[in-house]
Amino acid sequence: MSEKFEPVIVGFLCNWCSYRAADLAGTARIKYAPNMRPIRVMCTARIEPQFVLKALREGADGVLIAGCHPGECHYVEGNIKALRRFTLLKQMLRQFGVEEERVQIVWASASEGTVLAAAVDRMTEQVRALGPLRWKETVLSGNGHVEAVAVTEAEEV
Amino acid sequence: MKRVTIDPITRLEGHGKIEIFLNEEGEVANAYLQIPELRGFEQFCVGRPAEEMPRITNRICGVCPEAHHMAGTKALDALFHVEPTSVAKKIREVLYSAFYVTDHTVHFYALGGPDFVLGPDAPPAERNILGVVHKVGLEIGSQVIECRMRNHHVIQMLGGRGIHPVAGLPGGWSKAVSEEERQEIEEIARKNVEFGLFSLQLFNDVVLSNQDYVDLIVSDGYTHRIYSMGTVDENNHVNFYDGMIRVVDPEGAEFAKYHPSEYPNHIAERVEPYSYLKFPYLKNVGWKGFEDGMESGIYSATPLSRLNAADGMATPKAQEAYEKLYETLGSEKVNGNYTPVHHQLATHWARLVELLYSAERMLELITDPEITDPNVRAPITETPDEGVGSVEAPRGTLTHHYWTDENGILTKVNLVVGTTNNNAPISLSIKKAAKAVIKKGEEINNGMLNMIEMAFRSYDPCMSCATHSLPGQMPLVVTIHDAEGNVVERVSRHVD
Amino acid sequence: MSEKPKLAMYWASSCGGCEISVLNIGDKILTVDAVFDLAFFPCIADFKVSDVEGYPDGYIDVCLFNGAIRNSENEEMAHLLREKSKVLVAYGSCAYEGCIPALSNLTTAEATFNAVYHDNPSIENSEGVRPQLVSQVPEGELTLPAFYNTVKSLDQVVPVDYYIPGCPPEPPQIWAVLEAVVAALTEGAELPPPGSVVGAGTVAVCEECPLEKNVKTIKRFYRPYEITPEPGICLLEQGLICMGPATVSGCGALCPQVGMGCRGCYGPLPGVEDQGAKMLSAIASVVDVGEPNEEEDELEHKIAEAMETLADPAGTFYRFSMAHSLLRRIKANGGGVQQASS
Repeated sequence: MSEKFEPVIVGFLCNWCSYRAADLAGTARIKYAPNMRPIRVMCTARIEPQFVLKALREGADGVLIAGCHPGECHYVEGNIKALRRFTLLKQMLRQFGVEEERVQIVWASASEGTVLAAAVDRMTEQVRALGPLRWKETVLSGNGHVEAVAVTEAEEV
Repeated sequence: MKRVTIDPITRLEGHGKIEIFLNEEGEVANAYLQIPELRGFEQFCVGRPAEEMPRITNRICGVCPEAHHMAGTKALDALFHVEPTSVAKKIREVLYSAFYVTDHTVHFYALGGPDFVLGPDAPPAERNILGVVHKVGLEIGSQVIECRMRNHHVIQMLGGRGIHPVAGLPGGWSKAVSEEERQEIEEIARKNVEFGLFSLQLFNDVVLSNQDYVDLIVSDGYTHRIYSMGTVDENNHVNFYDGMIRVVDPEGAEFAKYHPSEYPNHIAERVEPYSYLKFPYLKNVGWKGFEDGMESGIYSATPLSRLNAADGMATPKAQEAYEKLYETLGSEKVNGNYTPVHHQLATHWARLVELLYSAERMLELITDPEITDPNVRAPITETPDEGVGSVEAPRGTLTHHYWTDENGILTKVNLVVGTTNNNAPISLSIKKAAKAVIKKGEEINNGMLNMIEMAFRSYDPCMSCATHSLPGQMPLVVTIHDAEGNVVERVSRHVD
Repeated sequence: MSEKPKLAMYWASSCGGCEISVLNIGDKILTVDAVFDLAFFPCIADFKVSDVEGYPDGYIDVCLFNGAIRNSENEEMAHLLREKSKVLVAYGSCAYEGCIPALSNLTTAEATFNAVYHDNPSIENSEGVRPQLVSQVPEGELTLPAFYNTVKSLDQVVPVDYYIPGCPPEPPQIWAVLEAVVAALTEGAELPPPGSVVGAGTVAVCEECPLEKNVKTIKRFYRPYEITPEPGICLLEQGLICMGPATVSGCGALCPQVGMGCRGCYGPLPGVEDQGAKMLSAIASVVDVGEPNEEEDELEHKIAEAMETLADPAGTFYRFSMAHSLLRRIKANGGGVQQASS
């Protein structure tokens, strides 16, 4: 029997809302998928698109960004800036062939431990269904083999 | 079979190697021009916004980016169904003329010229632009440098950058010409005319006065009787920016004259497995192999063929130079027009005639009262769908063909590039030159190999242009040979 | 052979613009001629590959290598010239970060060949003929280099000593670098540390740009043909894409000065790994759409609509830097072909 694919999801959680929600989910002993590796940032506005791209390239199958609800950002509109960035980033990732569900942005306030847990569960199943991304191994090491001998794959860098 | 390899070919733009096969007697059995480069512009431009094409296709070639920029900009005019403003067209042509002056200068003095100034079998280390400067003196070298600098300055002034200009837009140009700029450019245009005359005089003194060179030019080894293609205005005069494409047969009779958008009805392409570059030929004559003559669909698109395909030049001094070229090389007047010259090395001369024309044309345009009009952009009101834009690149007729969705995002691209037109005649030329130069029993030296390379240099090839990609929609014939060279199968599309 | 230092300039998958840029330093080319002997420069001189193979290692003092690594010949030449050169410079955007040829990483080699020989509806080519690595002609065998699926930068195949960015580098910058090299060779002056980017500034193009800059509050983006910008005012502020904020200075902000936005050809600012991602971040922040008090769905919808006015983000943000980007290329399904869609 083959092993079930366990997605690696990197999570960027903001200090004031979603990270506290994750803490709450923990203290409340809510069971949810262990696949998300949380990274605390002060605000979702801190997250650069480079972080997401690097995560995907270095082995993440998905990236979750979780912040305060619009209107509740500790820094007033940091989460709005984040939403703008990630909306555009997702449009661009489509062009790279990275599926919609692999990069998600959700809102969860400090008291919404269940919301965060549910988001992680949902995303884990979505990414599981998509399969591993393995960007370095598959994309950078050559994918799609061309029959004609005039073409060859680039080697991994 | 013994083989001799020239790798890489040099003093041209781009990559290539020539493989020469010798039989047991030491005579040339065949010579192949292989182009190993390919980048794939037509494929990777799909998905890009069409208006970015003049700035993207610039990078097909850094020696003639202005040609791609202009063909691309004209394709955008057609794509968006917009007529550029009158002054925008003139500004474009001023830039284009400055570009021709500098590009033809580079070719004559740095690429092809050294073979004549220093001699075809001068030591390789000297046989280049620096050797030319050492030989003819700093004074002339400085003039060449000055000519290039002032014209690239014009390109930067009008187009934003000296290499890879950016100002082309559908319906116009992104900036107008101020009176101050106009005066500066006028002065430059006048210097260009002087330089054009000077270069023709130099050609006369260094090449035409040297009987060995004249013999070389008219020798059979460098002569092919093939069809000639060029763009002409309504008077059948050479025009680089706009006009109809005209093809004359080896005897000079008009074979075809068509609007650039009709190119698929006239050009077909072959594939050979030994080169990434395809071989266009005239569809309505047909492919008969690497042969010249009336029955062979091979055609050239070079300064010489442009002059052959036209009835004359649109400016006076260039017209004089044109007549001198044809008279000197023994052309006859038939129905008032000169019969074509087929001595391919005379292309170097034709190039200088074009240089002079560009200079005169630049002066004409920059002194036009309309040139400082600020109305440089026509508004875009139509939905884009499909458009073709064509210019004469220094190295041949250049056509850009774009298809987009209703948001102007490219769905398909086809490019027919200057030097691609010349792949077959260049192959013909190197084979003929190889046979003329490599004689049974004689040892092959560097100078002889260089003389074979001279056969392609007159075409001023731009292999980066030629190998942008493998175009899609054109008629194609693919021939499969067995090991003995017999044709096993011939598959085609869009060819009758 | 004289004792003058040896200079080489080679083009891989390039357009030749870098060669012309060197010629565009004007009469300073004569100084270059006085100081150096050419050892290999196929554009203007007749040295052949066999000459280079015969040189001792390190014979070439400075090699200006331009062009991206697109095929096996480009890679072989990169290795050969690395061996034979003391100083190997990735000259121009292609060698530095992939440049325009690397846009091909938004498609595949298979798609490129397919479009021409197979999938075009009017082709009949059931035999599947394509250019071959080895082909037979009546007289013998001919070879071609292998065409790679992914375009690479020079430093992705060999160690590089210096980078000169730009597509192409601008003449004043080229001369500044050559002058430093000449000084190092003739007076023993010190060169910057290996791995440095030379011939560029250290701040963003915006600092060099003379257009007036105010607070940026864009509601949407415009395509260059949709509006005529007001002269003298920052293009980005008017909704026209300009990569200035994420591009290193050195070119003099030439393009914005003729009303056309920067496209980033000088590459990223110092310390930035992925130029496109930086630009995406910068540009998204200035889209002034969405307020904190708005309803979530409405907010997401408005922002998505505004961002959609930016055509082709991948091809715009990575116009020149695809080979150095983090993701490097599109993901195409093995066996099939995935076309990049915008």
